[in-house]
Amino acid sequence: MTTQVNENQFDEAQLEGQFASTIKAKDRIEPRDWMPEKYRKTLVRQVAQHAHSEIIGMQPEGNWISRAPSLRRKAILLAKVQDEAGHGLYLYSAAETLGTTRNELTEKLIAGKQKYSSIFNYPTLSYTDVGTIGWLVDGAAICNQVPLCRTSFGPYCRAMIRVCKEESFHQRQGYELLMTMMRGTDEQRASVQESVNRFWWPSLMMFGPPDDDSPNTEQSMEWGIKTHTNDELRQKFVDMSVPQAEALGVTFPDDGLKWNEERGHYDFSTPDWDEFWAVVKGNGPCNEQRLAHRKRAWDEGAWVREAALAFADKSAAEEATK
Amino acid sequence: MSNEPSINVDHDEAGANIEHGDHENAYSGLLVNDAHWAFGTDFEDPLAGVDTTVPEGVDPKDLAAYCLMLGDDALVFSQRISEWCSNAPDLEEDIALANIALDLLGQSRLLLARAAAADPGLVPQLPEGSPVPDEDRLAFFREDLQFRNVRLAEVPNGDFAEAVAKILIYSTWRLAIFERLQSSRDSVLSAIAVKGVKEMTYHRDFAGRWVLTLARGTDESKTRLLSALDGLWPLWEELFETHPTEASVAAAGIGVDPAEVADEAGVILDQVFAAAGIDRPERGVLAGVRGKKGRDGLHTEALSKMVADMQVVARQYPEGRW
Repeated sequence: MTTQVNENQFDEAQLEGQFASTIKAKDRIEPRDWMPEKYRKTLVRQVAQHAHSEIIGMQPEGNWISRAPSLRRKAILLAKVQDEAGHGLYLYSAAETLGTTRNELTEKLIAGKQKYSSIFNYPTLSYTDVGTIGWLVDGAAICNQVPLCRTSFGPYCRAMIRVCKEESFHQRQGYELLMTMMRGTDEQRASVQESVNRFWWPSLMMFGPPDDDSPNTEQSMEWGIKTHTNDELRQKFVDMSVPQAEALGVTFPDDGLKWNEERGHYDFSTPDWDEFWAVVKGNGPCNEQRLAHRKRAWDEGAWVREAALAFADKSAAEEATK
Repeated sequence: MSNEPSINVDHDEAGANIEHGDHENAYSGLLVNDAHWAFGTDFEDPLAGVDTTVPEGVDPKDLAAYCLMLGDDALVFSQRISEWCSNAPDLEEDIALANIALDLLGQSRLLLARAAAADPGLVPQLPEGSPVPDEDRLAFFREDLQFRNVRLAEVPNGDFAEAVAKILIYSTWRLAIFERLQSSRDSVLSAIAVKGVKEMTYHRDFAGRWVLTLARGTDESKTRLLSALDGLWPLWEELFETHPTEASVAAAGIGVDPAEVADEAGVILDQVFAAAGIDRPERGVLAGVRGKKGRDGLHTEALSKMVADMQVVARQYPEGRW
């Protein structure tokens, strides 16, 4: 559906019919296509939240760039955090095709009017966390994002294909770091287990609240913005992670975790949803710190962005008088 | 340049060939080894497959000491630039600064590995059986007073004007040296220089454009730029002072006497200043202590703090595997 339509030529019902059949045929909606206002709003919210997550997500791992214990690991970490900035860029660009701007979205983030993934409100307390984040957090993110490579909005879908490819590389590097550390000293092995203990539950919470507590899921699935429910993805993640943990030689901090032959899935305990909602509502260990960091960088950069605009204006004016 | 031994350079072409295949399995990416990730993030020894024989008539100790000087410049400056990560005025600059830091980090790894290969006596001893590679022993297990970088590289970060001014000065100087170093009799140094010239041409271009933009942008940006240049200028002279090691490697045809490139680098910088409509700062030269400066291991107070932070995790695990 790429033909440009003049809204006056059609009545609303006809447009909605076309939109619905595009969704039904699993074709893509492109920026210049007609779309329901609520679809646009929901997408802006989702893509912006995703973009913000990439940018805020630079901080917890960025915390260890200066202290990475080998030069190769330093290069890997710096390149990874740089990739996150790149993901933020494509996602903000995808959001811009829906009629907003990066500046506007950044201002909303800083004002606390838009969210980012709560996982980044947890602290990174050891360099080992870099590996755990790669393995579990990026792993959970990939589970969430892979279905989005087939999402109904074209620019978002294309951005996600690239993002997922890079994320899977990051996940592999994280897992490889932990694997290597497990072959190291006792202290290193203990550090891996300690880090996994801290990140397991927050990783499970990354799939969002349970389905019966997730008000937007139904509409988003109908629109093809979301393709799996939170609980489906969470189960999938647990099923994939358990054999990985066994291969690594670590355990997950859940006594209720065991294989259920009947279901063909692992059973697991209920995450602490009170903690989840506390973090979402702003009371996580690092919410204020993350936003303050982003605000400081943005505010301190204002004079540079102004200078770049002034320079561009002057150059254009000089060009015009030539 | 007649023979150019090549060192594998993986330039980032991420996303050039993305397949729309199966994205269902988050772990499928763990097994592929794509060649398009940032240099130095793969699992190879940086000098793998390179002939490290020291050319005839060259004192290996001089060659190693010289590589250490150049390697420390790149390492320390990379460390400083990487502190910008998640702090830049906008995403494009964040990505560009990370790129520059990554390039310099890659150069430092090759140079430190070269130093260790030429003179193993230089490499700090660790407990028997420690798996820490030579490049990391040099980076993480030397004392700060053993670092041989020029003092410019260690200057603590200021604002964005200070960052671009420092990168312009450093890359103008270093590019002039590396252009000559390409014809070093040492095939490893020559290959490192060939790779570095391409990278630093971009660094100088990035910094030069921003110096121009800030100089002609707003009053504030011009004021900040002039103040940054003024603060850095006392360290300009030191870049072109010849240390006895540099004199001896230059005489042996494997290194470059920095004094030889002083005029050339000065002319290039003056061209940038002229285009920007600003003057060379007039400041005295920053003294050493009884004539000793960075190349002699005599630094500013800032270096020991930076080194302490950089080394802390590595030293916590002297037998660690990363």
